[in-house]
Formats: sequence, structure tokens, C-alpha cells
Amino acid sequence: MSEARSDHATLPASRANTETADVTNGEASGPGWTSHTRGVIAVVKLEGDWLVSETYIDRSAARLLQHCASLRGIGFDADRLGHWDSTLLVFLSQLRQASMHAKIDFDETGLPTTTRRLLDLLPVRQVPAATSIRNSALAQDVGVRAIGMWAELVAVTTLVGEITLAAACVLRGRSHMRRIDLLTCVQEAGLEALPIVTIVNVLVGAILAFVGAIELRRFGADIYIANLVAIAVLREMAALMTAIVMSGRTGGAYAAQIATMQGSEEIDALRSFGIPLLDYLILPRVLALISMMPILYIYGSAIGILGGFAVAVAMLNISATIFISQAAGAVTVSEVFFGLTKSIAFGALIAIAGCRVGLRAGRSAADVGRAATASVVLGIVGVITLDAIFAVCANALNF
Amino acid sequence: MNETAAKLQVRQLSVGYGDKVVQHDLSFNVAAGSIFAIMGGSGCGKSTLMQALIGLLRPSAGSVCFGTEDYWSATEARRTEIGRRFGVLFQSGALWSSMTAAQNVALPLEMFTKLDPATIDALVQLKLSLVGLDVGRDSMPASLSGGMVKRVGLARALSLEPDMLFLDEPSAGLDPISAKRLDDLILDLCHGFGVTVVLVSHDLESLLNICDDGIFLDGNTNTAIAHGAPQALRAHCDNPFVHAFMNREQPATETADHGS
Repeated sequence: MSEARSDHATLPASRANTETADVTNGEASGPGWTSHTRGVIAVVKLEGDWLVSETYIDRSAARLLQHCASLRGIGFDADRLGHWDSTLLVFLSQLRQASMHAKIDFDETGLPTTTRRLLDLLPVRQVPAATSIRNSALAQDVGVRAIGMWAELVAVTTLVGEITLAAACVLRGRSHMRRIDLLTCVQEAGLEALPIVTIVNVLVGAILAFVGAIELRRFGADIYIANLVAIAVLREMAALMTAIVMSGRTGGAYAAQIATMQGSEEIDALRSFGIPLLDYLILPRVLALISMMPILYIYGSAIGILGGFAVAVAMLNISATIFISQAAGAVTVSEVFFGLTKSIAFGALIAIAGCRVGLRAGRSAADVGRAATASVVLGIVGVITLDAIFAVCANALNF
Repeated sequence: MNETAAKLQVRQLSVGYGDKVVQHDLSFNVAAGSIFAIMGGSGCGKSTLMQALIGLLRPSAGSVCFGTEDYWSATEARRTEIGRRFGVLFQSGALWSSMTAAQNVALPLEMFTKLDPATIDALVQLKLSLVGLDVGRDSMPASLSGGMVKRVGLARALSLEPDMLFLDEPSAGLDPISAKRLDDLILDLCHGFGVTVVLVSHDLESLLNICDDGIFLDGNTNTAIAHGAPQALRAHCDNPFVHAFMNREQPATETADHGS
């Protein structure tokens, strides 16, 4: 039996094909089976092992099916069947489907009981392949997208309006917001963000000093490094770099937290109680970030100028007192005001983006990751875009 | 059933997501003070129906009336008000993960009542004792066992003294003893407080033990195929699939792929 199997296994393709010629003689065979036709009934003898590990054997029922075309019934003889697994079931199932189709009687009685039980679990008719219901009309896709974007724009605008109204309620002391939630968010967005804000701003200040030194030294204008560092840090870099850091750190965390709550039905639980998501989830986060961003901006500016100062004094041989007096002379209140305004706007943008993305997220684990990524990308792109708008406006206003 | 005694009346309700209809043409009454079961195989839309009943998913057609008031045609403010009369236990417990067990139960009270903190605390302790949670009251949800999470979820659902309790698979994932205890608790609450309970379950044991009435949803025809108390459905139901389900048998071949 095993020799017979290995015979078939090593058959070259051409010879395997010629075997179908036997069909006319009322006999056919393939790897692991031989079929004898008596009148209009074929008896398929199953032999040897039918194992999925023998991938080199073609267990297709196709050859046997050709043989069956003019038959009325198929029976089985499994006396010499060895070990078998799903390979045999696939073969039998194909055969059964084909015989159904050709109205041939499929007699399972010759098969082992266990095989028949498993075969009963398989669908008698072929399961139709899933048809794609996707309609890829370009105009429709564009339209659906556009409607979606418009709806999102409306939703975000509504959200901003609601947050403003809710914030007014907080000021009047008539909010459902829990103070503890606000304080937790303040701690997360403020104190816990200090280390990374420090590192980024010190380094940016130092880099500015180095970059300035290269050019300014050529003109003997080393001392203007103080002006460069102070103005660049206060006007642009502290607010921008802090916002980018907070977008990655806090905006991403907001989106992930809210998306996770979505998946664990916590949001449903809030809605079922009628607890406003705005008061419970969004407001503490937005207020925390709006209130912490200006503080982080002032801290970041101070530490950024310190970074520039350290480089100027220690490596570029500029006197400390001269640096300080020069920087103090260069800075005006309007610069600080400009930076503060921007930092508040950035804070609001990052927090709202994070919360909105989190609320829109799906319910799976992958959706949490997607929400975090989307909120960071949206936050950073949004912050830089907003910064550019500020720059254009300031230029137009000669600010 | 006497229509006037019905706490909840559902008429020709269809629920679904987008174009996909999950269940359609459902009509049933839930009598005040009864325990009503929503039954059916996995994935047939029991939880989706529940979402429409508790106001989380707008039905595509039909009405859901609490008493005489149509929930979905009410204003949003009114819906929120009606919704506060429900307690909901979600399938996963859905405790707010940033709060301890006790704080979870306390939050609705803090939000919607003007009670002083000491009274709230007393109420919270009472609710937690009712559900038999003696330890872990100040633990975070992540460190509670599955059974404890369900209990805290139930205590939270009870926090605003609801008229109606909606329980989504309350005994899923619990060992037989905990499940039995939860069943007894639901019976006690129903009889003691006169709460009307709607529960989604495919735990035969609890369905048969505690439910007075019910509806059997089918995932193939996307509508109800049987109405009645689980006990009665078990004893005599013409539908072979329902009969097989209630008796934990293999369904007859023509309905073999029901409820998949």
C-alpha cells in the first residue's frame, strides 16, 4: 500500500495525466484511491495514508470526477485506508459536491463512521465566494468623503462652541465637571510634562546660539546672539516646540484614553446615565491643557534662553552680564504676549483634536493605536499650520 | 398582557447599523415588576436591541415607549431625563477605569443629586453591600475579578434608584456559583424594589430560573421567532430551533445554521 502511494508520488506530471486514459476501461486511480466501475456504480477504494503533510501529492478529486460523468452512484471501500486528516475530507467533500451537481447518488456507507460525522459538518453545497459589494464609482466616493468632511467640520465647530459655553459655566461655578478630574489632567499636562519640555527647550536655545554664532562671528557681531536667542525663543520656538512636545505626549494620550474607554463600554455607561461627555471627559482635558500651555511656554522660554546663555558664555566667550543686558534690551512685552496667545491657541487645538479623535475611534485595540497616531499627526500639523497663520497675521499687523 | 400595566412597549422596532438591518419588526411589552429576557443565539442582535432600548442607538423604525411616552420622539433633554430612570449593566461591566469601585457607584449620585458627601458615601456602601461586595471597595477596576466588576457594575446601575434595570449578559464569564448568586440578587432586587428588569442572556440556567417573559430573536430571519417565558418556551415551542436552544439540543438539520 505504501509502495503504491510512493509510486504515485513520484510520477512525473505527464504520466499522471495519461492515467486518466484508464477511465474508459471502467477503472481509474489516483494517489490513495482506485475506482472500479460496475455497471453505473463506481466503488472508490481508499488506500494508505491521507495526510496534509504530504504536500507533494495532488489529492484533487478532479480526475475521479471526470471518470464519474456517466455514473449513477458512487460508493466507497475504506478497508485499506490508513491514517487520514482534513485532506481526505476535502477530497470527499469535493466529490460530494460534484455528485450533487451531477445528480449522482453519493453513498457514504463505506466510509469510516468518524469520517462521515466530520463530513456531515461540511456544507453540502459549495459556499458561494463573498461577492464584493464595494461600488467604486469615483464620483460617489468623492461625494461620500465630502459629506463626511462637512459633517466633521460641523461636529468640530459644534464641539468648540459647546466647550466655550461649558467653560463659561465652569467660571460661573455651575458645571458638572469634577474638580478631581481637572486636577489630575493638570498634573498630567503640567508637572509631568516638565522634564521633556525642559530638555527640548534647553537644546533648542543652545542650537540657536550655535547657529547664530557661526554667521554673526563673521561680522564681529557675536553679542547679537543674545538678541537672536531671546527673540526667537520667546516669539517662536518656545511656544512651537512645547506645543509639538505636548501634542505627542498629551494629545496622543487623550486620544488613546478616550478610545480605550470607547472599547470598554465606559463611554456607553456615561451616556446611559446621561452624564455629559463634555463635562466629564472633554472639559477637564481642554481646560487643563489651555491653562498649562502658557505656563509651560513661560517656563520653556526661560529655560530656552538659559540654554542659549550657557552656550554663549561657556563656549563663545560672551560675558554673562553683557548677554543678559543685551537680551533684556531686545525683548519687548509684545513678544511675550504674542507667544502666550499662541501657546493658548495651541493648547486648545491639541486638546480638542485629541478628544475628538478619541471619541470618533472604533472599539478595537487597533483603533486605540490609530486614534493615538491620528491625534499626534493632526496636533503637530495643526500647530504648525496655526503658527504659520499667526506669523502671517503678525506680519500684516506689523506686530 | 394588559397594555396599561406594561412598563415598556416596543412596537415594530427595527435596529441596525447604516444599511445593515440587525433586527426588524419587533413588538413586545414588558410588564411592570417582571423580569424580561431577550434571548437568541450569539450575534443575532440582542445587544443591539438593548442599545436601542437604552438610548444608545437610534432605531431605524418603530417606537420604544416607557409608560406612555415615546422615547425616541422625545427631545434630547427629555430622553436624558427618562434615561436616568434606567440602570444599565454592560456586558463587560464598563466600570470607569480611572475611579475606584466606590467612586464608580458614587459618580452618578454626585452628578445628579444634591446629597451631601456623607449621605452619598452611606448610599454607596449600602449598594455595594447589596451586591455582596465586601472587599475591594477602594480598588481600581483593573484589580477586581470579573465577578466583582459585574457586581460593582450592578451596584452602579442601582445608584440612582432606577425603575428599570437593563442587564447585558449579567452572568457571562462567571463561575456557576457566582452566576447563581447574581441571579438570586436580580430576583431579590426585582421583588424587593419592584424594579422591572430586561436582561440579555444565553445562559439557559438563569433564563429558566428567573425570567417571567421573553422574546427570542433569530439571526437568520432577523426578527423575533418566539415570545413567552423561557420555561414555557422550553416546554412547548413549535419552532424547532427555539425548542432545541431551550433544551440544549442539536437543532434539526434544516435550522442547523441558525444563530451562527
